[in-house]
Amino acid sequence: MMNQPDLTNALRTLEREALERIASANDAEALEAVRVDYLGRKEGRVSQILRGLGSMPPEERPAVGQEANRVKDELARALDRREAEVSGVEDHTYGDRSLPARDPWRGGLHPITQAVDEIWEIFRGLGFSRARGPEADTEWYNFEALNTPLDHPAADEQDTLYLADSVLLRSHTSPVQMRTMERHDPPVRVLAPGWVYRRDTYDATHTPAFMQIEGLVIDEGVTFVDFKATLAEFARRYWGSDTRVRFRPSFFPFTEPSAEVDVKRFVTRPDGTREETDWLEIMGAGMVDPAVIENAGHDPERYTGWAFGMGPGRIAMLKHGVSDLRTFFENDVRFLSQFAS
Amino acid sequence: MNASYRWLLELVPGLDLDAEAVSEHLALRGAPVEDTHAPGASLEDVVVGEVLESDPHPNADRLTLCTVDGGDGAVQVVCGAPNVKVGARYPFAPVGAVLPGDFRIKKAKIRGEVSQGMLCSAKELGLGADHQGIMELAGDFEPGASFVEALGLDDTTLDVEVTANRGDLLSHLGLARELAPAGEGRVVLPELPGVEVLELEYRRDASRVEGAGVAVEVREPALCPRYLGAIVRNVTVGPSPAWLQRRLRGTGARPINNVVDATNYVMLELGQPLHAFDLGKLSGSEVVVRQPESDEVHVTTLDGERRALSADMLMICDAEHPVAIAGVMGGLDSEVDEATTDLFLECAWFDPKSIRATRRALGMSTDASYRFERGIDPEGLERALARCASLIAAIAGGTVDGPVLDCGSPTYEADVVPLRLSRVERLLGVPFTGDEVGRLLEPLGFVLEHETNGTLHFRIPGFRSHDVHREVDLIEEVARSHGYDAFPSELGPYRPGTVPDHPLFRLEDELRGKLAARGLFEAQTPAFVPEGEGEVEVANPLATTEPFMRRTLLPSLLRRVEYNLARGNRDVRLFEFGTSFRKAESGAPPLERPNLAMVLTGRRRPVHWSYPSESVDVWDLKSLVEEVATQAYRGRSAVRVAQNENGGAAAFEPDSGFVVHDSDGSVVGRAGKVRDDLVDAPAWAGDVWGFELTLPDVPESAPVPTHVPLPQHPAVERDLALLVPDGVPAGTVLDTLRRDGGTQLEDVLVFDLYEGTGVPEGTRSIAFRLRFRDPERTLKDEEVDRVVERLLDGLGEEFGVRSRG
Repeated sequence: MMNQPDLTNALRTLEREALERIASANDAEALEAVRVDYLGRKEGRVSQILRGLGSMPPEERPAVGQEANRVKDELARALDRREAEVSGVEDHTYGDRSLPARDPWRGGLHPITQAVDEIWEIFRGLGFSRARGPEADTEWYNFEALNTPLDHPAADEQDTLYLADSVLLRSHTSPVQMRTMERHDPPVRVLAPGWVYRRDTYDATHTPAFMQIEGLVIDEGVTFVDFKATLAEFARRYWGSDTRVRFRPSFFPFTEPSAEVDVKRFVTRPDGTREETDWLEIMGAGMVDPAVIENAGHDPERYTGWAFGMGPGRIAMLKHGVSDLRTFFENDVRFLSQFAS
Repeated sequence: MNASYRWLLELVPGLDLDAEAVSEHLALRGAPVEDTHAPGASLEDVVVGEVLESDPHPNADRLTLCTVDGGDGAVQVVCGAPNVKVGARYPFAPVGAVLPGDFRIKKAKIRGEVSQGMLCSAKELGLGADHQGIMELAGDFEPGASFVEALGLDDTTLDVEVTANRGDLLSHLGLARELAPAGEGRVVLPELPGVEVLELEYRRDASRVEGAGVAVEVREPALCPRYLGAIVRNVTVGPSPAWLQRRLRGTGARPINNVVDATNYVMLELGQPLHAFDLGKLSGSEVVVRQPESDEVHVTTLDGERRALSADMLMICDAEHPVAIAGVMGGLDSEVDEATTDLFLECAWFDPKSIRATRRALGMSTDASYRFERGIDPEGLERALARCASLIAAIAGGTVDGPVLDCGSPTYEADVVPLRLSRVERLLGVPFTGDEVGRLLEPLGFVLEHETNGTLHFRIPGFRSHDVHREVDLIEEVARSHGYDAFPSELGPYRPGTVPDHPLFRLEDELRGKLAARGLFEAQTPAFVPEGEGEVEVANPLATTEPFMRRTLLPSLLRRVEYNLARGNRDVRLFEFGTSFRKAESGAPPLERPNLAMVLTGRRRPVHWSYPSESVDVWDLKSLVEEVATQAYRGRSAVRVAQNENGGAAAFEPDSGFVVHDSDGSVVGRAGKVRDDLVDAPAWAGDVWGFELTLPDVPESAPVPTHVPLPQHPAVERDLALLVPDGVPAGTVLDTLRRDGGTQLEDVLVFDLYEGTGVPEGTRSIAFRLRFRDPERTLKDEEVDRVVERLLDGLGEEFGVRSRG
């Protein structure tokens, strides 16, 4: 005598078999055969099980009966559906196709990550790889090794957050220059995106923590011409081939000559004509100071190079028309979903 | 640095550029103009008016009837100001003038008296907030003269951004040197109207000089390499002449009195800060440059603030006590005022580092300290002092008494820096001849001393002695003078780098893509947290509410969940990559680990007509945990059910989640249902699920899959309905089946779970499907049955699991 779990199992096995046969049946005849085989009043396999109920202990009958009826209904529905499908009446086959689709949730990358990725994509094409360094570092790596004496006014310009004596939160990604050069011999071509920290209050254009991207190239025979050409190439790839690029003298203790790089972009007016916008400062850059190369243990007479630092947050603001940097840190999912692709 | 456009024009002969072009030129020389300001805009109609007569208004107590000469004959003006004086001059808007705000002056009758114009207050002209009375013009102003011109408001103030290395640009002279190539290539100091620049005599000594009844002594030659003092007697302190006021106003500065204005003028022109002491207020007619004594703990500065002194500061003292903080600010006790007749005029060279340390300790910055800290021109002291003393003598009517008292070393030893032409080409990528380099550098003040074998030796002028010491510094000047835009921009070949792409970036890219595809949004939050959420403290935080660096990311993400819920966003799925900071031994940088955290709340799927709405639950969480952990640890991690622990952190409800172990068995991640009391959520919000995983610092690369030939023989499946006692986890049964199923057991899955009616108390019915296959042959039912039987026996013995048969 079969008991209830066995019967339930047998019913489910039957159901699976039948559903598979229904799905693979391609005409009404085959479907009718399945109907007879499983649901036929006399010989149908489900019907047989239902008839066997009588020999079961009375307390087990309801559960099995219920399951058998469920299987019967399910198979009948599947047979009807498949019948409609194979009969070729389209509306019935696929239902009302104007109903909304079944979509999964959409997610996406943070817009600043997207900016970092776009920039990385371009530099990857120019032969760069990515490097990392710690966010908490020493005064040596953040300032002194980068040719910035602590008592020079230049050290003031990035008001620094300290954790302990001579231990600080890096105020720029430039310490990664040193750490990379210490561990690797030239040629070096790296990009180092990461968080940096400054003693700033939150406002529309400042946050005490923000993303920066460092770039560094060191090799024999690297010149100011390579520096200009590579960064101009980047700017044209990022902002479009018509973009004008300008290099202005500036000062950073760890580069010499130092430069600010500006781009002049176009806006297209409704009548199709194009108008140049203001010069936009996109990065600070320059030829790596020989003192930095020497501090990293390489011969500055033999090796030269260039470096830059840029803010993907600012670039994302310009690109997407975000007017307040703080919006990026609110992480409102309605805001984030605007950048999902 | 606020510079006057008109002043610059005077310094650079032949400069024929408008203010905008000057700004552009400066930008391309490394001193961009941040902002420009034209103070005289919309005041063109205002003239200088002199009040000839003033009588009470017959019909109003508070009004006066003035007769005003605005250059166009005397007219009657009704004036409401309490301070109107006969003989004084004021800005006057005649009938027809238009003032800021499009306010047109009309002929009017006020209380029965005709008024033909208006005497103006500073506020009415948009020049200040003072509305108390009309703006008196102190000085030799001509009635009828253009007010804008008289005050030097027909100028443009350029706010020039000067980089920290270029102290020499904090003066009109310095900026003019950069503009010279756009003019005739030279710079001239303008004639000062009515001023004869005197030839001063000097009395010199290394440490102490006396003359004209005054002594100067420098006790700290390292902090003050040179100190000059000139004595000017019998001055009359009063307003400056109009031309001088105009100059100062053109830079945005406010005229004060002729003595102070003269020192400010010279500072703005030459970059050398000067200070005038009231000699009569200096005890013992002595000036001593020294550090404070232990009992000298305070000095009150010109701004009325009591400043706390420390022993390492440098002070200017009289015979008794400090009277000024050297190079930072003068003292109130020795201030020049209207009663002053004799001056001690200081012109010094202070050590930049000492000035910087002092002004930082005092939390202040002044025009003087700003320049001293960036370095003044050590060769320019005498010129600055002569110009300032002459100016004061001319406009305040005094005479220079005796020689200049000159303490310290008068000779400046200029550096001579060699510059190899080969190195210029190596760095800049373009060859330059010696002549070309000379033509580029000499206009900037660098003097070619000699040239040997392709090496040029340049003498560095004093005003560049602070930033040009090395060959590379001169190379930058070559590039700057040549113009960065004049260099070609041609991409050349490059060698590939030796640095591998950091594997953690690669792992983050993989995980980011995966999580975004699974419907999560990436968040970015700053690493600062309140006390209790971090162990690494910032020593000098600006926001005292978040002075710690976070140990975990989850709390920051929970704040973002709250933020979203508060805005009605009920479906929130966020993840973030960030650094976890932990305390290291004292004095060392903290330990940093790369973390990934995520939070989930709301519906499992978007609302759809074809299925009922369901909330995110533990199975969604478990799937993400397993996927992420497997990916991060390349299949070598294990996700286990958290037993008798609340996730190690108080963040999760007890026994609600999972722990992730790495291959060493260390816990690297925890997940679960976030405790309700940790999230400030509206009543309608769903459960919040969280997960935080520490990623490997240097992730291994993803394993390379090895191809397994696809099976040639059919599989045999067996479904087992097992009664599993409540204390035995399904996972244990699964693991046991896999372990004991033999090599032919290809796969095991759970396809049903049933509890309740018909299932014995204390057990659950779990249905497993086992798939067996042999790669070489078709399995026989009987041999599979034997394996299943053995498995069932084993499970029965070990766990009391029975088949539902």
